[in-house]
Amino acid sequence: MNFNPTKEQEMVRKMVRQFAETEIKPIAADIDEKAEYPYETMEKAAQLGLMGMPFPKKYGGSETDYITYVTAIEELSRVCGSHGVILQTHCALCTWPILTYGTEEQKNKYLPDLCTGEKLGAFGLTEPNAGTDASAQETTAVDMGDHWLLNGSKIFISGGGIADIYVIMAMTDKSKGNKGITSFIVEKGTPGFYVPKHENKMGIRASIASELVFEDCKIPKENMLGKLGKGFKTAMTSLDVGRLGIAAQALGIAQGAFDETVEYMKNRKQFGRSLDKFQALAFEMANMYNQIEMARLLLYKAADKRSQGLPSTVEAAQAKLACSETAMYVTTKAVQFHGGYGYIKDYPIERMMRDAKITEIYEGTSEVMKMVISGSIFK
Amino acid sequence: MRIIVCAKQVPDTNEIKINPETGTLMRDGVPSILNPDDANALEMALEIKDKNPENVEVIIISMGPPQAKEMLEECIAMGADEGILISDRAVGGSDTWATSNAIAAAVRKLGGCDLMIAGRQAIDGDTAQVGPQTAEKMGLPQITYVKEYKFSDDMKKVEVKRALEDGYQIIEADLPCMLTAIKELNEPRYMTVGGILRACDPKVKISVWGAADIGVDLNTVGLKASPTNVFRSFTPKPKGKGVFIDGDTPKEKSQNLAQSLKAKHII
Repeated sequence: MNFNPTKEQEMVRKMVRQFAETEIKPIAADIDEKAEYPYETMEKAAQLGLMGMPFPKKYGGSETDYITYVTAIEELSRVCGSHGVILQTHCALCTWPILTYGTEEQKNKYLPDLCTGEKLGAFGLTEPNAGTDASAQETTAVDMGDHWLLNGSKIFISGGGIADIYVIMAMTDKSKGNKGITSFIVEKGTPGFYVPKHENKMGIRASIASELVFEDCKIPKENMLGKLGKGFKTAMTSLDVGRLGIAAQALGIAQGAFDETVEYMKNRKQFGRSLDKFQALAFEMANMYNQIEMARLLLYKAADKRSQGLPSTVEAAQAKLACSETAMYVTTKAVQFHGGYGYIKDYPIERMMRDAKITEIYEGTSEVMKMVISGSIFK
Repeated sequence: MRIIVCAKQVPDTNEIKINPETGTLMRDGVPSILNPDDANALEMALEIKDKNPENVEVIIISMGPPQAKEMLEECIAMGADEGILISDRAVGGSDTWATSNAIAAAVRKLGGCDLMIAGRQAIDGDTAQVGPQTAEKMGLPQITYVKEYKFSDDMKKVEVKRALEDGYQIIEADLPCMLTAIKELNEPRYMTVGGILRACDPKVKISVWGAADIGVDLNTVGLKASPTNVFRSFTPKPKGKGVFIDGDTPKEKSQNLAQSLKAKHII
């Protein structure tokens, strides 16, 4: 067991921190306010090689380990949760399933552009009536002989309308339940594929989430991803990778709020002394510091297991539960310690608190994480 | 084309401590960075390499303690091909004259180059001397304070715009030559993931050379050989706060100014 970061992990952290502090921090409040997708900074992130980190060099990736990958998401999220989730959705929920379940043709066609960030990826599972109960898919795909015909709708899809490549789950045989779900690769601009609406969200407002609609959308036969009826497995295993990314996002938000609060407490004076001299506040900061470190250790353990190719479903759920709860706890306290300044938009703290909440909801709620963890205890 | 960039690892803060006995910097416990102007020098070299990646080689050279290797790794992660660190107790405490002797010796050992670029000056010593002195010792023409540059098509000459306090000079020089870069020259790039992987690859070596490796005369390097003796280092006392002269109109302001000067018997 070794708790020291590798040189690679350290250097990536330093590089992403420099990039995030210089390029993202100055725009984070504005893109949140306007709910604007950060095209410019994401393009720069792509130039730095952030979009294909844990994927094979053969397809244009960098073959980093998963701790290095989550470190990058953590550092982006430390200043802007939206940037963190854009990176993670692209990597875990689109690039990863195509790499893992795609045919060689599909991999050669899609992965190089995804790994360089030339194209952005998204993932469509959630529907108006299929949230946590993801197996209740109402979107259908019918085999028309020479193509598939896709009908239905998806909601809350991160990157919807922005992304170029979508991994979409649809029911191909309703009678088989979970085993009747199949996944498909759908390209932006396919006739019959519409993005009618962007959601007006509480947090991570610069990561656009949208409704997707498919109306007699013709999908080429060769765009079926993985085997017929294996779409649910594709979705669930992708979410295992996704949970590492969301945990990293939550951890980054917590660290960002914590760091801001440390600086604020050193400078803010009340009753003739700075806030860090009040033991009640300083002790709570000690708790926050500990929570962040505990969450980080769970995350890196889960990421390390994935790097080694070991089963990590439960570890990823543990990491996501711990990191997202830490994010809520730390950001809420951070707002409290900032007092009135924490509640106004001149400081980044209220944004961090809004951004934190989603990490307890998407890619499996905290309740689902507890189902996964308790299921492993009482199996 | 071979470009050699001179870089220095410097403390990342103005709150550096000074050894009261020797008057030199105490580096322990202070975070270190690539000197900002040297990042501009490296960026210029990398811009030239970007245009002709197959035929341009960028070597980064530094002199300093063993931990300066980290800075060279970062330079490789930004895009430099190779790093050389001159690190030896025999060269420790060198002033600018002695440092330039060691760097010139190392460049000679490398077999020279087509272009040398250094940062204008380092934020710790602020001397702006090592680049020009190295050029002198190598017999290279030098142009300092480079703000813009343009190479001839055959890459045999470079025309640069030199930023001075009261204007600009346009100067042309034959290659090889030494240029020193200022902040306004460019915007240094970040490391990249690919670059970091290269920097961490054991095959990409950062050579650490001692005084014997570069074949430098030991009487020309190190603290004792340095003609500069630090007499005393101190933190200057801050001057008193300035006073803002109030007034609704320029006339009123000037009257108030005159009054306060009179009150102090200055006028």
